[in-house]
Amino acid sequence: MTALVVDTPPPRRIPDRLSTPFRRLLGSWEVLLLAVTIAIFIANSLASPHFLDPWNLSDATYNFTEKAMIAFAMTLLIISGEIDLSVAAIIALASTAMGAAAQAGFGTPALVSVGLGVGLLCGAFNGLLVARVGLPSIVVTIGTMSLFRGIAQIVLGDQAYGGYPASFAWFGQGYMSDFPWWPALPVFEVITFEMVAFVCVALVFGILLHQTAFGRRVYAIGNNVFAAQFSGIPVERTKFVLFLLTGLMSGFAAVCLTSRLGSTRHTIAAGWELEVVTMAVLGGVSILGGSGTIPGVVLAAIVMGLVTFGLGLLNVPGIVMSIFIGLLLILVIALPIVFHRIRSRAAA
Amino acid sequence: MKMLAKLAVGTALGLALLSGAASAQTVKIGLVAKSLGNGFFEAANKGAQEAAKELGGVEVIYTGPTSTTAEGQIEVINALIAQRVDAIAISANDPDAVVPALKRAAQRGIKVISWDSAVGKDGRIVHLNPSSNELIGNMCLKLAASHLPDGKGDFAILSATSTSTNQNTWIAEMKKLLPKYPGLNLVTTVYGDDLADKSYREAQGLLKSHPNVKVIVAPTTVGVLAASQVVKDAGKIGQVYVTGLGLPSEMAGAVHSGATKEFAIWNPIDLGYSATQIAYRLVKKETEGKPGSEINAGRMGKIKIGDNGEAAMADPFVYDKKNVDEFAKIF
Repeated sequence: MTALVVDTPPPRRIPDRLSTPFRRLLGSWEVLLLAVTIAIFIANSLASPHFLDPWNLSDATYNFTEKAMIAFAMTLLIISGEIDLSVAAIIALASTAMGAAAQAGFGTPALVSVGLGVGLLCGAFNGLLVARVGLPSIVVTIGTMSLFRGIAQIVLGDQAYGGYPASFAWFGQGYMSDFPWWPALPVFEVITFEMVAFVCVALVFGILLHQTAFGRRVYAIGNNVFAAQFSGIPVERTKFVLFLLTGLMSGFAAVCLTSRLGSTRHTIAAGWELEVVTMAVLGGVSILGGSGTIPGVVLAAIVMGLVTFGLGLLNVPGIVMSIFIGLLLILVIALPIVFHRIRSRAAA
Repeated sequence: MKMLAKLAVGTALGLALLSGAASAQTVKIGLVAKSLGNGFFEAANKGAQEAAKELGGVEVIYTGPTSTTAEGQIEVINALIAQRVDAIAISANDPDAVVPALKRAAQRGIKVISWDSAVGKDGRIVHLNPSSNELIGNMCLKLAASHLPDGKGDFAILSATSTSTNQNTWIAEMKKLLPKYPGLNLVTTVYGDDLADKSYREAQGLLKSHPNVKVIVAPTTVGVLAASQVVKDAGKIGQVYVTGLGLPSEMAGAVHSGATKEFAIWNPIDLGYSATQIAYRLVKKETEGKPGSEINAGRMGKIKIGDNGEAAMADPFVYDKKNVDEFAKIF
């Protein structure tokens, strides 16, 4: 008997990555955005002597904190291949409901629950129509955009709800130094509640998207919904949860914005849906689904906030500002596509 | 990808050069509109610039949000606070929502007034109304009298809805002031609900049922336009006149056809002018804007501050053949 000689070939090394992590990081969208953020920061401080003032910068964060909190949830939704255009209308409806509750004499905890609850309900309604009934999300949420704001408009007419309790003002106007148990450092006098909420929400969504199985499922659904379905991913349920989260964050934004304004009109947060989507797209989230990161959206939110505040300091009219943001968005979407074209042509 | 960064820096540098001109000594007044691109506020800005030139050493920063929202105005207010303007004069989209932001401005030493559309009492020192209910009521009677021979004859009122607060207040003022105009006789008041077609029908009915009516007074822009159309369509130009409160852009046709000789509405140029004057006097500490005091407002004379810090600028401005075309371009 001859021994069976198994000729084992030497193990072939397959690299984990094609380029080193450092090089990949350098070429990433987030690093580009970081560079843009720093550039805008420097440019703003050169352009206006008032830019680098802690109080001014603190005020400036209100330009993006509330919108960004929705943008984080929107990021997950867009990655999964869906979109929610009704977020601003949810704010209007949630704010109206809070206004009605305040008129009825409810206290701050009840008002916050009403705001979050209405947000969740609206999200559930969208989710049901998209995930269960199977309608396209863009159509559904354009519809609910009119529906939710329409209800607010019927309830309010040209009137406004006011008279929120004094303790309610803290969400949108409060600073961390207002906390009795918070360490009394001068830094906390300029740090607002909304900034802290912004950071916390970013962390929660960052972990959810990048560190959990749920997050991987969201990417899988966005990249190939059929493959995801055949792999046993509960596509419907995941999408439903994403709509719920978007609704919830819209409700939370409604709490912050209503508290900041101290009054509710049916035009509240008009046009915010586009700014929220802009933030996500500027943050590198592919509008076609399947890719995007939370750190990118954090940076995009800061970029948009700094640009609008910086232009505001120079008294650039809002219309010009919109043009600027629009150009920035087109540039940011077009550049990668153009570069890709050039590169693939060079390779051919 | 570096192009984006380059572009950002390039734009910012360009903007940096633009902003270098402002000096520290000038009084900076932020004039905040309900929204930009609205003729009424553009006209107010014209008046504000006129006041700035007249006073000297004043820079008016005309600004506002793109849409008429409170959030947009708060962003604008924050930007003005950040620039350390000396005063903010605002026409508010929401009387309450802008109060917290304006209070913060006041804490940082900025004088805040509102004009046109008021801000809640806590958020400003003075609110400048374009006119007062009494002055408006009086102006309507004055216009009616000037369309009648010797100021004597019958007139009727075409109002908005029977529950419109503004119109009802003005009509009540007119009735109160009527004894001042002997011979002027109010026949009836009809309501067109501020709808073009209903106002038209009501005015038509009025001419039939009250043939003695020689003047229709409509203290609403919809009504005054509809009534002048009725007079024109019925071929009664020269026999029946229409007057009241209207917009020059809408009323220019009626003035030229002869259906109306004169009508009135507040003048946005004067309003912007007066707001700037008041803001300047407050910054210069010439006045504290206390109720009961008077503030010098240049060519508009002295403006008296009433209860709750509210002030009325002047009589509504009268428009006729001579000036209507000029203002029609504005609003």
